[in-house]
Amino acid sequence: MAKQVPDTRNVGKDAMTPEGTVNRAALAAIFNPEDLNALEMALQMKDRIGNARVEVLTMGPQRAADVIREAMFRGADGGYLLSGREFAGSDTLATSYALSCALRKINPDIIVAGRQAIDGDTAQVGPQVAEKLDLPQVTYAEELVDINDSEITIKRRLERGSEVVVAPLPAVITVNASAKECRPRNAKRVMKFKYALATSEMATADDKAKGFIEERPYLHIVEFAAADVNPDPEQLGLSGSPTKVKKIENVVFQAKEAKTLTSEDADIEALMVELIAGHTLG
Amino acid sequence: MANFYSDNKDLQYHLSHPLMKRIIELKERNFADAKLYDYAPQDTEDALDSYRRVLDIVGEVCGEVIAPNAEGVDHEGPRVVNDHVEYASGTVRNIEALNEAGLGGMTLPRKYDGLNMPVTCFAMANEMVARADAGFENIWGLQDCAETINEFASEEIKAKFLPRVSAGETCAMDLTEPDAGSDLGAVMLKASWDEAAGVWRLNGCKRFITNGDGDISLVLARTEEGTKDARGLSMLIYDKRDGGVKVRRIENKLGIKGSPTCELVFNNAPAVLVGDRKMGLIKYVMSLMNAARLGIAAQSTGLCEAAYREALKYAGEREQFGKPIIQFAAVSEMLKNMEAKTLASRAMLYETARFVDIYKQLTHISHDRSLESEERAEMKFYNRLADGFTPLAKMFASEYANEVAYDSIQIHGGSGYMKDYACERLYRDARIMNIYEGTTQLQVVAAINHVTKGTYLEQIMRYEENTPTEATKAMYDKLVELRKVYEQVVERVETIDKECAGYKDFHARRLVEIAGYIILSHIMLRQAGECEAEYLNPTKVFVKYASKKITEAESYINASEAEDVELFKA
Repeated sequence: MAKQVPDTRNVGKDAMTPEGTVNRAALAAIFNPEDLNALEMALQMKDRIGNARVEVLTMGPQRAADVIREAMFRGADGGYLLSGREFAGSDTLATSYALSCALRKINPDIIVAGRQAIDGDTAQVGPQVAEKLDLPQVTYAEELVDINDSEITIKRRLERGSEVVVAPLPAVITVNASAKECRPRNAKRVMKFKYALATSEMATADDKAKGFIEERPYLHIVEFAAADVNPDPEQLGLSGSPTKVKKIENVVFQAKEAKTLTSEDADIEALMVELIAGHTLG
Repeated sequence: MANFYSDNKDLQYHLSHPLMKRIIELKERNFADAKLYDYAPQDTEDALDSYRRVLDIVGEVCGEVIAPNAEGVDHEGPRVVNDHVEYASGTVRNIEALNEAGLGGMTLPRKYDGLNMPVTCFAMANEMVARADAGFENIWGLQDCAETINEFASEEIKAKFLPRVSAGETCAMDLTEPDAGSDLGAVMLKASWDEAAGVWRLNGCKRFITNGDGDISLVLARTEEGTKDARGLSMLIYDKRDGGVKVRRIENKLGIKGSPTCELVFNNAPAVLVGDRKMGLIKYVMSLMNAARLGIAAQSTGLCEAAYREALKYAGEREQFGKPIIQFAAVSEMLKNMEAKTLASRAMLYETARFVDIYKQLTHISHDRSLESEERAEMKFYNRLADGFTPLAKMFASEYANEVAYDSIQIHGGSGYMKDYACERLYRDARIMNIYEGTTQLQVVAAINHVTKGTYLEQIMRYEENTPTEATKAMYDKLVELRKVYEQVVERVETIDKECAGYKDFHARRLVEIAGYIILSHIMLRQAGECEAEYLNPTKVFVKYASKKITEAESYINASEAEDVELFKA
């Protein structure tokens, strides 16, 4: 599973709208970084098993098909775009519900995803998908130790060290940024897959591109509309999203003069009081 | 995400040159491969799009992997372990990333798993790799040895070695020996035929071999016993998998420290012959050297880009007397000149690369079918231009790399002299560029023939056929004036040389430089006409600089009498 996200790593002045929402027009849409770590781990699984396919599932607007193409350039065999107005406004619960519906249809042996996306930072979608599909989950995965037909061995990165766990398959694995970086795009794969299109993109493509995809079926990115994955409509999009945003506050950091403290107790005491009063501590 | 392709508009501009269309036509031959390979292009636009995308990958690997590794590689360097080279850890990582990206065999045909891209694109990739780490470019750029194998070796040898290059194995060209550097005719490494094993056996040593422990080595060796000159030398391939060559030591160099410069001992090492015996130096090394010189022009241009960017960044950040130093005229003038030299190096590099592409590709076609008379004329035309332009491109780019790196340190002031900034590494790395693959002095020897034979003058006249725009008219007129100066000094030198042999040699570099400055200016001028916003100002800066250099050389030549030559004799 992968997500297209606004690039929040290099945020400029115009990253937020005056209303306090993300200004998507000003931020490039990128492959969520930890999903790239996840893709690499999935490709490593394929490298070890040999006879396997790596496919990418993403939910988003039509342009999210870029994420699938990017994954194909780096080694994925194909992908699925889950797209439709019904999914608009999904929080993590509705998102994981929609993804789990699609996954029931695809029925993969292993599901790998990034730990979290840089736009929301919740780290909830992977675990929720596992729960909805009633699958074991391994979070904070850092290294693929071993894999065979029935189980997977993963090294997890924890706050104070690491642990190695074995999980039966199928399972959901969420991968940490500390895992191996994703391999680069491959020249031949880029040339081979650059014309890949999702179903709705084909509708607006010219005849040449359509003919080309007919000739080469591997260029067709499968697209699921809501109805294709048999969901309960109530659990989709806004109606399936209990998360309500109470208020958005635009925090502007302002440079203030530096404060010099001596090692006197009185100075330290005053600072502690200030930090506790401002809820920085305590 | 640092990307050395997408952040460089000038590179992108060169990929869109009108001649690219013809190059693609020759390279793709009616797009026949489209039916055989799923990654082959369908038409010209498709091919160009693929080039862009592949160069974008190169740019990303350079920006994200190779450049961040450069400092560590410079410090760590390669080592000799059990008679073999062990690269610095960053070098290993660089090779791994480029191989994952599938960038071996960039110019090789698809039937050898190559990407079938033009030399022009390969030069672009080399330029970016060199900008990231000039020393590493030496290792990676050596894949153009495969071009020589592709051009001259038998099908059996090609089928054996070329797919391995495409898969990312590294190459070396083993030419130099302790007593045979610029004078390769003196090579003594002995090759003898082993009848029982049916292979050649190599014995002797080689020195200063870049990436000497590479997987596949092209070796210049003496197959004709008893001979002492170039006519007894042949080209062979040594396969590291066969064993028989030991690395005695790695040189401790001033710069490009990540590139292992090896001393090699051959002990009955098996080898196979490339092409015909006795043609090693006369034909194959000449082809190899021309490609290598273009490679150094690319490396030098990449280094200019890196050194200029370092200086520009520092000058914008460093404040003195209450403002960034870039606001001081003395600093900004240096930066503008550095920029102009970088753009001019690049303009010359890709002009040359396009000429090479057309004639090389027609040569390849001529191996499969006889060329039409028009095509033969085209091949001859571009072959001559490529031969004339290659030494100029190498000479100017490598001298500019040194000048730009020198100024980059100057702009950094005292900090630039410390190991804390990249400019000191760039300065050390640049120093070899006007030395190896033929010193600047030897490029002049190759280029002076084209002064005498008129290659340069003819091409300058062709450039003059381009109509200037309103904005470039004044510069155009200046260049016409300078061309007349060039004709005058060439005539003077040739006249005096008839009476006093050695006079032309004495002024050779000055003559070649005058021709070069006019040619570089014309290419820049054409760009300024096409794309004013990007190129008009740098072109003005360059033409001013070129005029100054030409005037200087002219006044020196016109003031020097025949007997002055004696003053400079040892």
